[in-house]
Amino acid sequence: MVAAAEAVRAQCPGASIDIAHVDHAFDIDGAELKVLDDVSLIVEPGEFVALLGPSGCGKSTLLRLIAGLDKPRSGSLREDEVSIKGPHPSRVVVFQDPTLFPWRTVWDNVALGLEAQGILRKQRHRVDAALDLVGLTNFKNAYPHQLSGGMAQRVALARALVNDPKVLVLDEPLGKLDSLTRIAMQAELVALWQRKGFTTLLVTHDVEEALVLANRVIVLSDRPARIKADIVVDRPYPRHRGDPHLADLRRQILGLLGLEATW
Amino acid sequence: MSTFSLSEIATGDSAPSSALADKLRDVAPGIAAALAWAAFGAACLVREDVGDWSRTTDLAIAAFVIAGLVLIVGVAASHLGRAGSALRRRSPWLLALGVFLTLWELATAKYAWLPLPFFPPPQAIIEIYTDDLPKLLDSVVASIKLQLGGYLIGAATGFITGVSIGWSARIGYWVHPVLRFIGPLPATAWLPIAFFAFPTSWSASTFLIALATGFPVTVLTWSGVASVPTAYYDVARTLGARPWFLVLKVAIPAALPHVFVGLFMGLGASFAVLVVAEMIGVKAGLGWYLQWAQGWAAYANMYAALLVMSLLCSGAITLLFKTRDRVLIWQKGVVKW
Ligand SMILES: Nc1ncnc2c1ncn2[C@@H]1O[C@H](COP(=O)(O)OP(=O)(O)OP(=O)(O)O)[C@@H](O)[C@H]1O
Ligand SMILES: [Mg+2]
Repeated sequence: MVAAAEAVRAQCPGASIDIAHVDHAFDIDGAELKVLDDVSLIVEPGEFVALLGPSGCGKSTLLRLIAGLDKPRSGSLREDEVSIKGPHPSRVVVFQDPTLFPWRTVWDNVALGLEAQGILRKQRHRVDAALDLVGLTNFKNAYPHQLSGGMAQRVALARALVNDPKVLVLDEPLGKLDSLTRIAMQAELVALWQRKGFTTLLVTHDVEEALVLANRVIVLSDRPARIKADIVVDRPYPRHRGDPHLADLRRQILGLLGLEATW
Repeated sequence: MSTFSLSEIATGDSAPSSALADKLRDVAPGIAAALAWAAFGAACLVREDVGDWSRTTDLAIAAFVIAGLVLIVGVAASHLGRAGSALRRRSPWLLALGVFLTLWELATAKYAWLPLPFFPPPQAIIEIYTDDLPKLLDSVVASIKLQLGGYLIGAATGFITGVSIGWSARIGYWVHPVLRFIGPLPATAWLPIAFFAFPTSWSASTFLIALATGFPVTVLTWSGVASVPTAYYDVARTLGARPWFLVLKVAIPAALPHVFVGLFMGLGASFAVLVVAEMIGVKAGLGWYLQWAQGWAAYANMYAALLVMSLLCSGAITLLFKTRDRVLIWQKGVVKW
Protein backbone atom coordinates (compact mmCIF):
# COMPACT_ATOMS: atom_id res chain seq x y z
CA MET A 1 0.00 0.00 0.00
CA VAL A 2 2.73 2.40 1.01
CA ALA A 3 4.90 1.12 -1.82
CA ALA A 4 2.09 1.73 -4.29
CA ALA A 5 1.68 5.28 -3.06
CA GLU A 6 5.43 5.80 -3.37
CA ALA A 7 5.32 4.53 -6.94
CA VAL A 8 2.54 6.93 -7.81
CA ARG A 9 4.49 9.74 -6.24
CA ALA A 10 7.60 8.89 -8.22
CA GLN A 11 5.63 8.87 -11.46
CA CYS A 12 3.74 12.03 -10.83
CA PRO A 13 5.50 15.17 -12.03
CA GLY A 14 3.70 17.19 -9.40
CA ALA A 15 5.26 17.96 -6.05
CA SER A 16 3.69 17.74 -2.62
CA ILE A 17 3.24 20.83 -0.51
CA ASP A 18 3.32 20.52 3.23
CA ILE A 19 2.19 23.53 5.22
CA ALA A 20 2.55 23.05 8.97
CA HIS A 21 1.29 25.44 11.66
CA VAL A 22 1.96 28.58 9.68
CA ASP A 23 1.29 31.92 11.33
CA HIS A 24 1.84 35.19 9.57
CA ALA A 25 1.30 38.84 10.39
CA PHE A 26 2.07 42.26 8.98
CA ASP A 27 3.09 45.37 10.84
CA ILE A 28 0.89 48.24 9.78
CA ASP A 29 1.83 51.51 11.52
CA GLY A 30 3.31 49.67 14.46
CA ALA A 31 0.17 47.63 14.99
CA GLU A 32 0.32 43.93 14.22
CA LEU A 33 -2.18 42.65 11.70
CA LYS A 34 -2.55 38.92 12.07
CA VAL A 35 -3.23 37.37 8.69
CA LEU A 36 -2.67 33.61 8.97
CA ASP A 37 -3.53 31.67 12.09
CA ASP A 38 -2.09 28.17 12.47
CA VAL A 39 -2.69 27.07 8.89
CA SER A 40 -1.80 23.45 8.27
CA LEU A 41 -2.42 21.76 4.96
CA ILE A 42 -0.93 18.85 3.09
CA VAL A 43 -1.35 18.88 -0.66
CA GLU A 44 -0.60 15.58 -2.36
CA PRO A 45 1.40 15.48 -5.59
CA GLY A 46 -0.83 16.17 -8.53
CA GLU A 47 -3.77 17.34 -6.47
CA PHE A 48 -5.90 20.30 -7.52
CA VAL A 49 -6.72 22.29 -4.42
CA ALA A 50 -8.92 25.38 -4.40
CA LEU A 51 -8.67 27.97 -1.64
CA LEU A 52 -11.87 29.85 -0.94
CA GLY A 53 -12.23 32.67 1.50
CA PRO A 54 -13.58 36.15 2.01
CA SER A 55 -11.71 39.09 0.49
CA GLY A 56 -8.71 40.22 2.49
CA CYS A 57 -8.54 37.08 4.63
CA GLY A 58 -5.00 36.19 3.64
CA LYS A 59 -5.22 33.94 0.58
CA SER A 60 -2.67 35.84 -1.47
CA THR A 61 -0.41 36.01 1.57
CA LEU A 62 -0.49 32.23 1.88
CA LEU A 63 0.35 31.87 -1.80
CA ARG A 64 3.31 34.22 -1.43
CA LEU A 65 4.61 32.03 1.39
CA ILE A 66 4.23 28.92 -0.76
CA ALA A 67 6.00 30.67 -3.62
CA GLY A 68 8.85 31.50 -1.27
CA LEU A 69 8.53 35.24 -1.77
CA ASP A 70 7.97 35.83 1.96
CA LYS A 71 8.88 33.92 5.11
CA PRO A 72 6.22 33.00 7.66
CA ARG A 73 6.46 34.38 11.19
CA SER A 74 6.31 30.80 12.43
CA GLY A 75 5.58 27.35 11.10
CA SER A 76 7.12 25.60 8.13
CA LEU A 77 6.45 25.12 4.44
CA ARG A 78 7.94 22.29 2.46
CA GLU A 79 7.91 21.19 -1.14
CA ASP A 80 8.53 17.46 -1.57
CA GLU A 81 9.87 17.31 2.00
CA VAL A 82 12.36 20.09 1.26
CA SER A 83 11.94 23.29 3.20
CA ILE A 84 10.95 26.25 1.02
CA LYS A 85 13.73 28.83 1.34
CA GLY A 86 12.98 31.12 -1.56
CA PRO A 87 11.34 31.26 -4.96
CA HIS A 88 12.06 28.44 -7.37
CA PRO A 89 10.82 27.94 -10.93
CA SER A 90 9.38 24.57 -9.96
CA ARG A 91 6.69 26.57 -8.16
CA VAL A 92 5.33 29.13 -10.55
CA VAL A 93 2.81 31.75 -9.55
CA VAL A 94 0.19 33.45 -11.64
CA PHE A 95 -0.51 36.59 -9.68
CA GLN A 96 -3.81 38.33 -9.17
CA ASP A 97 -2.59 41.15 -11.45
CA PRO A 98 -1.08 39.92 -14.70
CA THR A 99 2.02 42.15 -14.06
CA LEU A 100 3.33 41.76 -17.57
CA PHE A 101 6.51 43.67 -18.31
CA PRO A 102 5.31 46.57 -20.46
CA TRP A 103 8.64 46.87 -22.27
CA ARG A 104 8.47 43.31 -23.56
CA THR A 105 6.30 41.96 -26.32
CA VAL A 106 3.87 39.17 -25.50
CA TRP A 107 6.33 36.61 -26.80
CA ASP A 108 9.19 38.01 -24.75
CA ASN A 109 7.00 38.11 -21.66
CA VAL A 110 6.17 34.45 -22.03
CA ALA A 111 9.83 33.68 -22.64
CA LEU A 112 10.83 35.33 -19.37
CA GLY A 113 11.20 32.19 -17.27
CA LEU A 114 13.24 30.29 -19.84
CA GLU A 115 15.41 33.34 -20.36
CA ALA A 116 15.98 33.78 -16.63
CA GLN A 117 17.02 30.16 -16.36
CA GLY A 118 19.31 30.52 -19.35
CA ILE A 119 17.63 27.85 -21.48
CA LEU A 120 15.68 30.03 -23.91
CA ARG A 121 17.96 29.59 -26.89
CA LYS A 122 17.37 25.85 -27.10
CA GLN A 123 13.73 25.91 -26.05
CA ARG A 124 12.10 28.62 -28.11
CA HIS A 125 9.43 26.21 -29.32
CA ARG A 126 8.08 25.98 -25.78
CA VAL A 127 7.22 29.68 -25.88
CA ASP A 128 5.35 29.24 -29.13
CA ALA A 129 3.53 26.22 -27.73
CA ALA A 130 2.49 28.10 -24.59
CA LEU A 131 1.19 31.03 -26.64
CA ASP A 132 -0.70 28.62 -28.83
CA LEU A 133 -2.22 27.06 -25.74
CA VAL A 134 -3.76 30.33 -24.57
CA GLY A 135 -4.74 31.26 -28.12
CA LEU A 136 -2.57 34.34 -28.46
CA THR A 137 -0.22 33.33 -31.24
CA ASN A 138 -1.48 36.22 -33.35
CA PHE A 139 -0.57 38.68 -30.64
CA LYS A 140 2.96 37.52 -29.99
CA ASN A 141 4.45 40.79 -31.21
CA ALA A 142 1.98 43.03 -29.38
CA TYR A 143 2.96 45.07 -26.35
CA PRO A 144 0.99 44.63 -23.11
CA HIS A 145 -0.71 48.02 -23.43
CA GLN A 146 -2.27 46.77 -26.62
CA LEU A 147 -4.00 43.83 -24.89
CA SER A 148 -7.35 43.57 -23.18
CA GLY A 149 -7.43 42.66 -19.49
CA GLY A 150 -8.41 39.08 -20.24
CA MET A 151 -5.71 38.67 -22.87
CA ALA A 152 -3.11 39.99 -20.44
CA GLN A 153 -4.22 37.40 -17.92
CA ARG A 154 -3.88 34.68 -20.53
CA VAL A 155 -0.35 35.85 -21.28
CA ALA A 156 0.42 35.63 -17.57
CA LEU A 157 -0.89 32.06 -17.58
CA ALA A 158 1.24 31.18 -20.59
CA ARG A 159 4.27 32.76 -18.91
CA ALA A 160 3.77 30.37 -15.99
CA LEU A 161 2.97 27.24 -17.98
CA VAL A 162 5.97 27.52 -20.27
CA ASN A 163 8.20 26.56 -17.32
CA ASP A 164 6.62 23.12 -16.87
CA PRO A 165 6.18 23.72 -13.14
CA LYS A 166 5.73 20.99 -10.54
CA VAL A 167 3.42 23.24 -8.61
CA LEU A 168 1.22 25.81 -10.29
CA VAL A 169 0.03 28.50 -7.93
CA LEU A 170 -2.89 30.50 -9.27
CA ASP A 171 -4.20 33.65 -7.60
CA GLU A 172 -7.59 34.30 -9.20
CA PRO A 173 -6.09 33.94 -12.65
CA LEU A 174 -9.45 33.92 -14.38
CA GLY A 175 -10.93 36.78 -12.41
CA LYS A 176 -10.75 39.29 -15.25
CA LEU A 177 -12.04 37.07 -18.00
CA ASP A 178 -15.50 37.33 -19.45
CA SER A 179 -17.71 34.40 -18.51
CA LEU A 180 -17.40 32.63 -21.86
CA THR A 181 -13.61 32.80 -22.02
CA ARG A 182 -13.58 31.89 -18.37
CA ILE A 183 -15.46 28.66 -18.88
CA ALA A 184 -13.25 27.81 -21.84
CA MET A 185 -10.11 28.54 -19.83
CA GLN A 186 -11.38 26.45 -16.92
CA ALA A 187 -11.80 23.48 -19.23
CA GLU A 188 -8.38 24.20 -20.68
CA LEU A 189 -6.86 24.33 -17.22
CA VAL A 190 -8.36 21.00 -16.18
CA ALA A 191 -7.22 19.35 -19.40
CA LEU A 192 -3.74 20.74 -18.92
CA TRP A 193 -3.57 19.67 -15.31
CA GLN A 194 -4.72 16.17 -16.21
CA ARG A 195 -2.24 15.92 -19.03
CA LYS A 196 0.78 17.30 -17.18
CA GLY A 197 -0.01 16.17 -13.69
CA PHE A 198 1.34 19.21 -11.83
CA THR A 199 0.03 20.08 -8.40
CA THR A 200 -2.33 23.04 -8.56
CA LEU A 201 -3.26 25.55 -5.89
CA LEU A 202 -6.00 27.89 -6.98
CA VAL A 203 -7.31 30.87 -5.09
CA THR A 204 -10.74 31.94 -6.21
CA HIS A 205 -13.77 33.87 -5.07
CA ASP A 206 -16.02 31.80 -7.21
CA VAL A 207 -17.47 28.77 -5.40
CA GLU A 208 -18.68 27.24 -8.63
CA GLU A 209 -15.25 27.59 -10.22
CA ALA A 210 -13.68 25.86 -7.23
CA LEU A 211 -16.16 22.99 -7.49
CA VAL A 212 -15.80 22.52 -11.22
CA LEU A 213 -12.01 22.46 -11.08
CA ALA A 214 -10.70 21.12 -7.80
CA ASN A 215 -10.23 17.77 -6.05
CA ARG A 216 -10.37 19.54 -2.74
CA VAL A 217 -11.80 22.83 -1.62
CA ILE A 218 -10.29 24.51 1.43
CA VAL A 219 -12.57 27.08 3.00
CA LEU A 220 -10.80 29.80 4.97
CA SER A 221 -12.23 31.94 7.71
CA ASP A 222 -12.23 35.72 7.86
CA ARG A 223 -8.90 37.36 8.74
CA PRO A 224 -6.83 35.98 10.34
CA ALA A 225 -7.34 33.04 8.03
CA ARG A 226 -7.87 29.65 9.62
CA ILE A 227 -8.89 26.53 7.79
CA LYS A 228 -12.61 26.23 8.32
CA ALA A 229 -13.33 23.20 6.20
CA ASP A 230 -11.52 20.78 3.93
CA ILE A 231 -13.99 19.39 1.41
CA VAL A 232 -13.17 16.58 -0.99
CA VAL A 233 -14.89 16.92 -4.35
CA ASP A 234 -14.96 13.37 -5.57
CA ARG A 235 -16.52 13.73 -9.01
CA PRO A 236 -15.06 12.72 -12.38
CA TYR A 237 -13.97 15.26 -14.98
CA PRO A 238 -15.28 16.91 -17.04
CA ARG A 239 -17.77 18.08 -14.50
CA HIS A 240 -21.18 19.53 -15.18
CA ARG A 241 -22.24 22.73 -13.57
CA GLY A 242 -25.72 21.27 -13.05
CA ASP A 243 -24.46 18.21 -11.12
CA PRO A 244 -26.75 17.89 -8.06
CA HIS A 245 -23.86 16.72 -5.87
CA LEU A 246 -21.93 19.86 -6.73
CA ALA A 247 -25.03 21.95 -6.03
CA ASP A 248 -25.18 20.39 -2.55
CA LEU A 249 -21.53 21.17 -1.92
CA ARG A 250 -22.03 24.67 -3.19
CA ARG A 251 -24.84 25.28 -0.72
CA GLN A 252 -22.71 23.84 2.07
CA ILE A 253 -19.72 26.06 1.21
CA LEU A 254 -21.80 29.19 0.88
CA GLY A 255 -23.13 28.38 4.32
CA LEU A 256 -19.57 28.16 5.65
CA LEU A 257 -18.83 31.54 4.11
CA GLY A 258 -21.86 32.96 5.90
CA LEU A 259 -23.99 33.44 2.83
CA GLU A 260 -26.81 30.95 3.31
CA ALA A 261 -29.33 33.76 3.63
CA THR A 262 -28.73 34.82 0.04
CA TRP A 263 -29.32 31.31 -1.13
CA MET B 1 -40.71 65.40 -55.22
CA SER B 2 -40.34 69.11 -55.75
CA THR B 3 -38.10 69.58 -52.71
CA PHE B 4 -35.93 66.80 -54.01
CA SER B 5 -35.35 68.48 -57.34
CA LEU B 6 -34.86 71.80 -55.62
CA SER B 7 -31.97 70.55 -53.53
CA GLU B 8 -30.63 68.82 -56.61
CA ILE B 9 -30.52 72.15 -58.41
CA ALA B 10 -28.99 73.89 -55.45
CA THR B 11 -26.08 71.48 -55.13
CA GLY B 12 -25.64 71.24 -58.89
CA ASP B 13 -25.41 74.99 -58.99
CA SER B 14 -22.82 75.46 -56.27
CA ALA B 15 -20.59 72.52 -57.11
CA PRO B 16 -18.27 74.08 -59.74
CA SER B 17 -17.73 77.35 -57.92
CA SER B 18 -16.99 75.59 -54.60
CA ALA B 19 -14.52 73.29 -56.36
CA LEU B 20 -12.75 76.35 -57.72
CA ALA B 21 -12.76 77.95 -54.29
CA ASP B 22 -11.34 74.75 -52.81
CA LYS B 23 -8.61 74.71 -55.41
CA LEU B 24 -7.80 78.35 -54.69
CA ARG B 25 -7.74 77.77 -50.94
CA ASP B 26 -5.34 74.88 -51.58
CA VAL B 27 -2.81 76.84 -53.59
CA ALA B 28 -3.17 80.29 -51.97
CA PRO B 29 -0.69 79.72 -49.10
CA GLY B 30 1.93 78.40 -51.52
CA ILE B 31 1.48 81.41 -53.82
CA ALA B 32 1.64 83.82 -50.88
CA ALA B 33 4.85 82.18 -49.62
CA ALA B 34 6.36 82.38 -53.10
CA LEU B 35 5.42 86.08 -53.30
CA ALA B 36 7.05 86.75 -49.93
CA TRP B 37 10.28 85.16 -51.08
CA ALA B 38 10.14 87.07 -54.36
CA ALA B 39 9.67 90.23 -52.31
CA PHE B 40 12.79 89.32 -50.37
CA GLY B 41 14.69 88.95 -53.63
CA ALA B 42 13.37 92.29 -54.84
CA ALA B 43 14.26 93.93 -51.54
CA CYS B 44 17.87 92.84 -52.10
CA LEU B 45 17.93 94.67 -55.42
CA VAL B 46 15.68 97.64 -54.73
CA ARG B 47 18.59 100.02 -54.17
CA GLU B 48 22.29 100.11 -53.34
CA ASP B 49 23.41 98.62 -50.05
CA VAL B 50 24.35 101.16 -47.42
CA GLY B 51 27.45 99.12 -46.68
CA ASP B 52 29.95 97.01 -48.54
CA TRP B 53 28.67 93.45 -48.85
CA SER B 54 29.67 91.11 -51.61
CA ARG B 55 26.84 88.55 -51.58
CA THR B 56 23.81 90.76 -52.18
CA THR B 57 23.18 89.72 -55.77
CA ASP B 58 23.78 86.04 -54.99
CA LEU B 59 21.28 86.30 -52.18
CA ALA B 60 18.70 87.91 -54.47
CA ILE B 61 19.15 85.13 -57.01
CA ALA B 62 18.80 82.49 -54.31
CA ALA B 63 15.62 84.17 -53.02
CA PHE B 64 14.06 84.19 -56.50
CA VAL B 65 15.01 80.55 -57.03
CA ILE B 66 13.37 79.62 -53.74
CA ALA B 67 10.30 81.67 -54.67
CA GLY B 68 10.08 79.82 -57.97
CA LEU B 69 10.43 76.43 -56.34
CA VAL B 70 7.84 77.23 -53.69
CA LEU B 71 5.46 78.40 -56.39
CA ILE B 72 5.87 75.29 -58.53
CA VAL B 73 5.61 72.87 -55.65
CA GLY B 74 2.75 74.86 -54.09
CA VAL B 75 0.61 74.84 -57.24
CA ALA B 76 1.37 71.22 -58.11
CA ALA B 77 1.25 70.06 -54.49
CA SER B 78 -1.68 67.72 -55.07
CA HIS B 79 0.37 65.83 -57.67
CA LEU B 80 3.51 65.54 -55.58
CA GLY B 81 2.25 63.22 -52.85
CA ARG B 82 4.18 63.34 -49.57
CA ALA B 83 6.52 66.17 -50.55
CA GLY B 84 3.59 68.27 -51.70
CA SER B 85 1.61 67.88 -48.50
CA ALA B 86 4.76 68.49 -46.43
CA LEU B 87 5.27 71.79 -48.23
CA ARG B 88 1.62 72.73 -47.91
CA ARG B 89 1.81 72.23 -44.17
CA ARG B 90 4.87 74.45 -44.00
CA SER B 91 3.75 77.21 -46.34
CA PRO B 92 2.49 79.52 -43.54
CA TRP B 93 5.96 79.30 -42.03
CA LEU B 94 7.60 79.89 -45.41
CA LEU B 95 5.42 82.96 -45.83
CA ALA B 96 6.34 84.31 -42.39
CA LEU B 97 10.02 83.65 -43.05
CA GLY B 98 9.89 85.46 -46.39
CA VAL B 99 8.21 88.48 -44.82
CA PHE B 100 10.72 88.50 -41.98
CA LEU B 101 13.70 88.33 -44.33
CA THR B 102 12.27 91.12 -46.48
CA LEU B 103 11.83 93.40 -43.49
CA TRP B 104 15.25 92.47 -42.19
CA GLU B 105 16.85 93.25 -45.52
CA LEU B 106 15.12 96.62 -45.80
CA ALA B 107 15.75 97.57 -42.18
CA THR B 108 19.47 96.85 -42.36
CA ALA B 109 21.18 96.81 -45.74
CA LYS B 110 18.86 99.21 -47.55
CA TYR B 111 17.67 101.90 -45.16
CA ALA B 112 19.77 101.21 -42.03
CA TRP B 113 16.80 101.69 -39.72
CA LEU B 114 18.59 99.37 -37.32
CA PRO B 115 22.05 100.52 -36.25
CA LEU B 116 25.08 98.91 -37.87
CA PRO B 117 27.20 96.99 -37.06
CA PHE B 118 25.04 95.49 -34.32
CA PHE B 119 22.37 94.40 -36.80
CA PRO B 120 24.06 92.98 -39.89
CA PRO B 121 21.92 92.23 -42.97
CA PRO B 122 21.28 88.68 -44.22
CA GLN B 123 23.94 88.95 -46.92
CA ALA B 124 26.59 89.72 -44.27
CA ILE B 125 25.77 86.46 -42.51
CA ILE B 126 25.76 84.55 -45.79
CA GLU B 127 29.15 86.07 -46.41
CA ILE B 128 30.44 84.53 -43.19
CA TYR B 129 29.21 81.09 -44.20
CA THR B 130 30.93 81.33 -47.56
CA ASP B 131 34.10 83.23 -46.70
CA ASP B 132 34.83 82.15 -43.12
CA LEU B 133 33.71 78.58 -43.59
CA PRO B 134 36.95 76.75 -42.65
CA LYS B 135 37.23 78.46 -39.29
CA LEU B 136 33.54 77.95 -38.57
CA LEU B 137 33.74 74.28 -39.49
CA ASP B 138 36.79 73.79 -37.29
CA SER B 139 34.85 75.33 -34.43
CA VAL B 140 31.86 73.10 -35.07
CA VAL B 141 34.03 69.99 -35.08
CA ALA B 142 35.82 71.06 -31.89
CA SER B 143 32.52 71.75 -30.13
CA ILE B 144 30.99 68.45 -31.17
CA LYS B 145 34.06 66.53 -30.05
CA LEU B 146 34.15 68.17 -26.66
CA GLN B 147 30.42 67.93 -26.11
CA LEU B 148 30.14 64.34 -27.26
CA GLY B 149 33.06 63.14 -25.15
CA GLY B 150 31.90 64.89 -21.99
CA TYR B 151 28.27 63.97 -22.47
CA LEU B 152 28.92 60.30 -23.11
CA ILE B 153 31.26 60.00 -20.13
CA GLY B 154 28.81 61.86 -17.90
CA ALA B 155 25.77 59.92 -19.09
CA ALA B 156 27.48 56.55 -18.70
CA THR B 157 28.86 57.39 -15.26
CA GLY B 158 25.54 58.84 -14.14
CA PHE B 159 23.65 55.82 -15.39
CA ILE B 160 25.92 53.33 -13.66
CA THR B 161 25.95 55.35 -10.43
CA GLY B 162 22.18 55.73 -10.53
CA VAL B 163 21.58 52.03 -11.03
CA SER B 164 24.07 51.16 -8.28
CA ILE B 165 22.56 53.40 -5.64
CA GLY B 166 19.03 52.50 -6.70
CA TRP B 167 19.84 48.84 -6.35
CA SER B 168 22.28 48.51 -3.50
CA ALA B 169 21.56 50.14 -0.16
CA ARG B 170 25.23 49.86 0.79
CA ILE B 171 26.48 51.78 -2.23
CA GLY B 172 23.65 54.24 -1.68
CA TYR B 173 24.83 54.79 1.88
CA TRP B 174 28.18 56.07 0.64
CA VAL B 175 27.24 57.79 -2.57
CA HIS B 176 24.02 59.48 -1.55
CA PRO B 177 25.55 62.10 0.80
CA VAL B 178 28.24 62.96 -1.73
CA LEU B 179 25.59 63.33 -4.40
CA ARG B 180 23.46 65.55 -2.20
CA PHE B 181 26.38 67.72 -1.28
CA ILE B 182 28.04 68.12 -4.66
CA GLY B 183 25.27 67.48 -7.17
CA PRO B 184 23.28 70.72 -6.85
CA LEU B 185 26.43 72.83 -7.31
CA PRO B 186 26.42 74.31 -10.83
CA ALA B 187 29.19 72.62 -12.79
CA THR B 188 30.53 76.01 -13.84
CA ALA B 189 31.40 76.74 -10.21
CA TRP B 190 34.18 74.17 -10.58
CA LEU B 191 35.62 76.02 -13.52
CA PRO B 192 38.50 77.81 -11.77
CA ILE B 193 39.56 74.69 -9.90
CA ALA B 194 39.11 72.38 -12.88
CA PHE B 195 41.31 74.48 -15.11
CA PHE B 196 44.33 74.22 -12.87
CA ALA B 197 43.62 70.73 -11.48
CA PHE B 198 43.48 69.12 -14.91
CA PRO B 199 46.52 68.85 -17.16
CA THR B 200 44.77 70.36 -20.19
CA SER B 201 41.90 72.75 -20.59
CA TRP B 202 40.33 70.18 -22.86
CA SER B 203 40.24 67.49 -20.16
CA ALA B 204 39.03 70.05 -17.63
CA SER B 205 36.14 70.99 -19.93
CA THR B 206 35.31 67.37 -20.57
CA PHE B 207 35.16 66.83 -16.83
CA LEU B 208 32.85 69.80 -16.34
CA ILE B 209 30.50 68.73 -19.12
CA ALA B 210 30.46 65.20 -17.72
CA LEU B 211 29.69 66.60 -14.29
CA ALA B 212 26.80 68.71 -15.58
CA THR B 213 25.41 65.71 -17.44
CA GLY B 214 26.07 63.18 -14.74
CA PHE B 215 24.09 64.70 -11.89
CA PRO B 216 20.59 64.71 -13.45
CA VAL B 217 21.21 61.35 -15.11
CA THR B 218 22.27 59.85 -11.78
CA VAL B 219 19.33 61.22 -9.83
CA LEU B 220 16.72 60.24 -12.38
CA THR B 221 18.16 56.79 -13.01
CA TRP B 222 18.23 56.26 -9.29
CA SER B 223 14.63 57.34 -8.81
CA GLY B 224 13.65 55.22 -11.80
CA VAL B 225 15.25 52.11 -10.35
CA ALA B 226 13.88 52.83 -6.89
CA SER B 227 10.33 53.18 -8.19
CA VAL B 228 10.17 49.87 -10.04
CA PRO B 229 7.12 48.04 -8.65
CA THR B 230 8.15 45.11 -6.44
CA ALA B 231 5.59 42.99 -8.26
CA TYR B 232 7.95 42.94 -11.26
CA TYR B 233 10.71 41.49 -9.11
CA ASP B 234 8.30 38.97 -7.58
CA VAL B 235 7.30 37.74 -11.02
CA ALA B 236 10.88 37.44 -12.20
CA ARG B 237 12.05 35.74 -9.01
CA THR B 238 9.33 33.08 -9.09
CA LEU B 239 10.42 32.37 -12.67
CA GLY B 240 13.96 31.67 -11.53
CA ALA B 241 15.65 35.04 -12.07
CA ARG B 242 18.97 35.69 -10.32
CA PRO B 243 20.04 39.11 -9.04
CA TRP B 244 21.91 40.07 -12.21
CA PHE B 245 18.87 39.24 -14.28
CA LEU B 246 16.77 41.40 -11.98
CA VAL B 247 19.11 44.34 -12.49
CA LEU B 248 19.67 44.02 -16.22
CA LYS B 249 16.32 42.74 -17.40
CA VAL B 250 13.89 44.16 -14.87
CA ALA B 251 15.23 47.21 -13.03
CA ILE B 252 16.97 48.90 -15.96
CA PRO B 253 14.25 48.50 -18.61
CA ALA B 254 11.62 49.58 -16.11
CA ALA B 255 13.69 52.65 -15.19
CA LEU B 256 14.47 53.71 -18.77
CA PRO B 257 11.69 56.31 -19.10
CA HIS B 258 13.17 58.12 -16.08
CA VAL B 259 16.68 57.70 -17.45
CA PHE B 260 15.67 59.51 -20.62
CA VAL B 261 14.28 62.43 -18.64
CA GLY B 262 17.68 62.62 -16.95
CA LEU B 263 19.45 62.44 -20.31
CA PHE B 264 17.39 65.38 -21.60
CA MET B 265 18.08 67.46 -18.51
CA GLY B 266 21.77 66.57 -18.67
CA LEU B 267 21.95 67.56 -22.32
CA GLY B 268 20.54 71.02 -21.60
CA ALA B 269 22.87 71.55 -18.65
CA SER B 270 25.90 70.38 -20.60
CA PHE B 271 25.28 72.82 -23.46
CA ALA B 272 25.54 75.70 -21.00
CA VAL B 273 28.79 74.34 -19.59
CA LEU B 274 30.19 73.68 -23.05
CA VAL B 275 29.77 77.29 -24.15
CA VAL B 276 31.20 78.72 -20.96
CA ALA B 277 34.14 76.31 -20.97
CA GLU B 278 34.92 77.17 -24.58
CA MET B 279 34.72 80.88 -23.90
CA ILE B 280 36.96 80.76 -20.86
CA GLY B 281 39.27 77.79 -21.21
CA VAL B 282 39.47 75.93 -24.50
CA LYS B 283 40.66 78.02 -27.40
CA ALA B 284 38.43 76.26 -29.89
CA GLY B 285 34.79 75.59 -30.57
CA LEU B 286 31.74 77.72 -31.22
CA GLY B 287 31.78 79.32 -27.78
CA TRP B 288 35.31 80.48 -28.42
CA TYR B 289 34.32 81.64 -31.91
CA LEU B 290 31.58 83.76 -30.35
CA GLN B 291 34.04 85.21 -27.88
CA TRP B 292 36.55 85.92 -30.60
CA ALA B 293 33.93 87.55 -32.81
CA GLN B 294 32.85 89.76 -29.97
CA GLY B 295 36.44 90.84 -29.42
CA TRP B 296 36.59 92.04 -33.03
CA ALA B 297 33.09 93.48 -32.94
CA ALA B 298 32.32 91.05 -35.77
CA TYR B 299 28.60 90.86 -35.18
CA ALA B 300 27.78 89.03 -38.37
CA ASN B 301 30.14 86.27 -37.27
CA MET B 302 28.35 86.09 -33.94
CA TYR B 303 24.93 85.71 -35.50
CA ALA B 304 26.28 83.14 -37.93
CA ALA B 305 27.82 81.14 -35.09
CA LEU B 306 24.70 81.45 -32.95
CA LEU B 307 22.59 80.09 -35.77
CA VAL B 308 24.89 77.12 -36.21
CA MET B 309 24.94 76.54 -32.48
CA SER B 310 21.17 76.49 -32.20
CA LEU B 311 20.97 74.09 -35.13
CA LEU B 312 23.47 71.79 -33.42
CA CYS B 313 21.72 71.88 -30.03
CA SER B 314 18.34 71.37 -31.60
CA GLY B 315 19.78 68.55 -33.68
CA ALA B 316 21.19 66.88 -30.58
CA ILE B 317 17.84 67.10 -28.80
CA THR B 318 16.05 65.74 -31.85
CA LEU B 319 18.50 62.86 -32.01
CA LEU B 320 17.87 62.06 -28.37
CA PHE B 321 14.11 62.17 -28.91
CA LYS B 322 14.41 59.85 -31.88
CA THR B 323 16.53 57.46 -29.84
CA ARG B 324 14.03 57.54 -27.02
CA ASP B 325 11.09 56.90 -29.33
CA ARG B 326 12.91 53.91 -30.68
CA VAL B 327 13.99 52.51 -27.32
CA LEU B 328 10.70 53.23 -25.56
CA ILE B 329 8.51 52.10 -28.41
CA TRP B 330 6.52 50.07 -25.89
CA GLN B 331 5.24 53.21 -24.17
CA LYS B 332 2.03 54.75 -25.33
CA GLY B 333 1.41 58.45 -25.68
CA VAL B 334 4.97 59.80 -25.67
CA VAL B 335 5.58 63.50 -26.43
CA LYS B 336 6.52 64.22 -30.01
CA TRP B 337 9.38 66.71 -30.46
N1 LIG C 1 2.74 43.70 2.22
C1 LIG C 1 1.75 43.89 3.10
N2 LIG C 1 1.92 44.76 4.12
C2 LIG C 1 0.96 44.94 5.01
N3 LIG C 1 -0.22 44.33 4.98
C3 LIG C 1 -0.47 43.46 4.01
C4 LIG C 1 0.50 43.19 3.02
N4 LIG C 1 0.00 42.29 2.15
C5 LIG C 1 -1.24 42.01 2.59
N5 LIG C 1 -1.52 42.70 3.70
C6 LIG C 1 -2.76 42.61 4.48
O1 LIG C 1 -3.02 41.25 4.72
C7 LIG C 1 -4.39 40.98 4.57
C8 LIG C 1 -4.59 39.81 3.64
O2 LIG C 1 -4.20 40.20 2.36
P1 LIG C 1 -4.28 39.20 1.14
O3 LIG C 1 -3.77 39.93 -0.04
O4 LIG C 1 -3.60 37.94 1.49
O5 LIG C 1 -5.83 38.98 1.00
P2 LIG C 1 -6.64 38.04 -0.01
O6 LIG C 1 -7.27 36.98 0.79
O7 LIG C 1 -5.78 37.64 -1.13
O8 LIG C 1 -7.76 39.03 -0.52
P3 LIG C 1 -8.40 39.17 -1.97
O9 LIG C 1 -9.29 38.01 -2.16
O10 LIG C 1 -9.16 40.44 -1.91
O11 LIG C 1 -7.27 39.20 -2.94
C9 LIG C 1 -5.06 42.25 4.10
O12 LIG C 1 -5.79 42.78 5.18
C10 LIG C 1 -3.93 43.16 3.72
O13 LIG C 1 -4.22 44.46 4.16
MG1 LIG D 1 -5.57 38.21 -3.11
